[in-house]
Amino acid sequence: MAEVPSETTVREKPVEQVDTVVIRFAGDSGDGMQLTGTQFTNESAIAGNDIATLPDYPAEIRAPAGTLAGVSGFQVNFSEGRVFTPGDRPDVLVVMNPAALSVNIADLRDGGILVADSDAFTLSNIRKAGMDGDPLADASLNKRVRVFAVPLTRMTTDSIADMGLPKKTMVRCKNFFALGLCSWMFNRPIEQTLAWIGIKFAKSPALVEANTRVFKAGWNFGETTEVFVHTYEVKPAKIEPGTYTNMTGNRALALGLMAAASKAGKSMFFGSYPITPASDILHELAAHKNFDVTTFQAEDEIAAVCSAIGASFGGALGVTASSGPGIALKGEAMGLAVITELPLVIVNVQRGGPSTGLPTKTEQADLMQALYGRNGESPLAIVAPATPVECFNMAFEAVHVALKYMVPVMILSDGYLANGAQPWKIPDYDELPDISVRYWKGDLGFHPYLRNEDTLSRPWVIPGTPGFEHRIGGLEKDYNSGDISYDPANHERMTRVRAEKIERVNEDLNPLCVEGSELGELLMVGWGSTYGALAQATEELNAEGLATGHLHLRWLNPLPVEELKRIFARYKTIVVPELNMGQLVRILRERLLVDAIPVSRVQGQPFKVGELKARVKAIVEEGR
Amino acid sequence: MSGEQAKLNRKDFVSDQDVRWCPGCGDYAILAQVQRVMPELNIPRENIVFVSGIGCSSRFPYYMNTYGFHSIHGRATAIASGLKLARPELSVWVVTGDGDGLSIGGNHLIHLLRRNLDINVLLFNNEIYGLTKGQYSPTSRMGQITKSSPLGVADHPFDTVSLALGADATFVARTVDTETQHLQSMLTRAVEHKGTSFIEILQNCPIFNDGAFEEVSGKGSRIQNQLVLEHGQPLLFGPEDARMGVALGKDMSPQVVNMESTPEEQVLLHDETNEALGFFLSRLERPEFPVPLGVIRAMDRPIYEKEVAAQAKRALSEMGQPDFNKLFCGGDTWTVE
Repeated sequence: MAEVPSETTVREKPVEQVDTVVIRFAGDSGDGMQLTGTQFTNESAIAGNDIATLPDYPAEIRAPAGTLAGVSGFQVNFSEGRVFTPGDRPDVLVVMNPAALSVNIADLRDGGILVADSDAFTLSNIRKAGMDGDPLADASLNKRVRVFAVPLTRMTTDSIADMGLPKKTMVRCKNFFALGLCSWMFNRPIEQTLAWIGIKFAKSPALVEANTRVFKAGWNFGETTEVFVHTYEVKPAKIEPGTYTNMTGNRALALGLMAAASKAGKSMFFGSYPITPASDILHELAAHKNFDVTTFQAEDEIAAVCSAIGASFGGALGVTASSGPGIALKGEAMGLAVITELPLVIVNVQRGGPSTGLPTKTEQADLMQALYGRNGESPLAIVAPATPVECFNMAFEAVHVALKYMVPVMILSDGYLANGAQPWKIPDYDELPDISVRYWKGDLGFHPYLRNEDTLSRPWVIPGTPGFEHRIGGLEKDYNSGDISYDPANHERMTRVRAEKIERVNEDLNPLCVEGSELGELLMVGWGSTYGALAQATEELNAEGLATGHLHLRWLNPLPVEELKRIFARYKTIVVPELNMGQLVRILRERLLVDAIPVSRVQGQPFKVGELKARVKAIVEEGR
Repeated sequence: MSGEQAKLNRKDFVSDQDVRWCPGCGDYAILAQVQRVMPELNIPRENIVFVSGIGCSSRFPYYMNTYGFHSIHGRATAIASGLKLARPELSVWVVTGDGDGLSIGGNHLIHLLRRNLDINVLLFNNEIYGLTKGQYSPTSRMGQITKSSPLGVADHPFDTVSLALGADATFVARTVDTETQHLQSMLTRAVEHKGTSFIEILQNCPIFNDGAFEEVSGKGSRIQNQLVLEHGQPLLFGPEDARMGVALGKDMSPQVVNMESTPEEQVLLHDETNEALGFFLSRLERPEFPVPLGVIRAMDRPIYEKEVAAQAKRALSEMGQPDFNKLFCGGDTWTVE
């Protein structure tokens, strides 16, 4: 058996310093690639690198083994510098079978490293992946990239052959061999992984031992074999001091909502119906019932939002979360929250559409739905976090706005933010601001639509308050009495008040912040999860001499129109890159009468920085 | 506050809104009985909430001087569920109709019943769509001519009580808008029941389906057609001089027997806790059988909001008081100096 590696193991092979590495793990959906990628990410975070990840998995839970449809991937970018994206093209590709190679090989950069489980490259697997000959032996591939064919399955089973485990169980450990090998290759700290294996498989001591042995076997294979001549090291990034943890967008949203409810002194009620990629928010919240959080798995999307509205009527903070198809079903009820002027937070973790679309892929195509996807004049406040970590802060802001203005607020996340991870500098809860909730303190002349002068919000008088019994509902109400009213002028007045409440949210928002050049040739305007790609492209374009600014909008309703006009005036060309057919760009053109140009991508994948730069540069060239 | 509060009366539950149902609508009678029963319940008025969806019946909350929420079509049960979970101490009432509750809101209704929240549901069944002016509903009878069924209704109707029993409701009762005493007693029983109480109220729509329940509510025919249920009592109906009973036939099917020639032991005894009997009663169809009125099922089952509260309590005892800083650091952490 191989020798135990540890932090103090003396490395015998030379170490090459690199500043940034992009590594992609790809295999069958049953091969444990998400687990491998996540743990490798954790090791990298602990090593002090800045990181960004992109899990990319199929919608099928288990597509037929070895097929192209079943390929699951996990990409992580780790660097000693700042990391904005998971990277366009991997430097290292680990493939567990021919299908994974077939799907991913074109992305591997020239001169990159391919690590393949050669045991999986059987004739039948190669045919299943739609190839003829053994791709590992292909001359042009070997010329383009460095191929390391490793008998990973055999070495996995060899390292635990004496344990008497069933063959199938032994083979399933092979992702730990890959993890061990990569951990060696990039000098990752492994103590935490060994501890984690112990916790993860605590129910089965045999699996703890097997996975530990396989992990170490992978590590030792790197160290001892002649195949690899050196390891790589990525130095820790210069990161703001503090305690960090790895944070996904969905978890950040859940924690942000909980913290905000607590800071507002409110019970939180979460009504939800499972849907990819939003379900993890439900899972996270359901695990924290000691935090005055009620989770209600409703019978459908409509009941989910309606139960949240009922809870808000009762004085709790009502929250619901879904993805596009579910949001479509919630539309009528959101209108009810608009007209009854109840606080409500609606999370939309967007995915590829229309209809069922691409459940596990990312897209930003629900902005129009968020703005206009309801009957009547039915404005909501809309906020879009730019990074996984920002989901925490934006959830907090959303709750603040919902309670202050008595309005529904929609948080537009997406599949990429939801599952993507980023180091999160853990805040001190005690230093988070309190959220004040205004209660009706008046006495005489109460009616439920009396308005606060500053916010125009109506009073939140909850059942159980003696003397203020009242009725609200989906029928239009009279401005002066709160009774049902069909008066034409009153309806227009109420419609304008509901819109004006949203406009007043502008007063609570931070000034817009342009990154990159303060003025010049080009301004890229983005929203949501494209932040990383736009930021990276902006840095590179400026370095290449094109004066480029980057404005990333967080609040999409209301829009600070005057402020936007002032910023736009400083640039020759306004480009709006979005993962849709051009939605924000239409809003900007309409609201600002500006000739903003869309850059669209609807492939279920984030922008690649290289492609984005090329398209933006072509637009600038054309304009010259 | 002292418990010596002046006792409320019916007028305390009358809101300042003009009631706008059609003249002769059965809803007036139901509203009056609800307002009459409310003061007897000794629930502070501010703790009572009426929630409704859309339809004629759903205007109900505006006329009750309590808290009220007139919501959207079919969703009152879902809104009430969220409200009750957030505020278990409130007395929550849902007012719905055969369209709102059984058609567009059918899904939410069955799930409310199976979860068994302590909510009272009043379903006004007039076997027609009133607010949209006369289309057939899921309880309209086959062959019925309506605006949207000029050749007669082709859909098989729901039996409301069977549906509720099938959804495992813990309390199911049926009454009639014009039977004021009986209606009041059903409301009282519903409040006493812990868990979801479901009352089907046969209600006359004088405009679009007048006389739909004439056999059950008409002066001349009611006595022949009402099977008034009482726990532990035999299933007897009809005038004193021509008593009839409901017995179990040899093939397990219901049979109407003449009491003059039948010993009372052969007649079934009502048992609110007998699930099979409840379903048996719900399948008695007009005109062959009388219409059972009263509490068809009343049984105990854990109450959803109490289970939820117990889980929260368990979470507190197992995981401790909320500590956000601990929660934030729940995963692997590392420190950058």
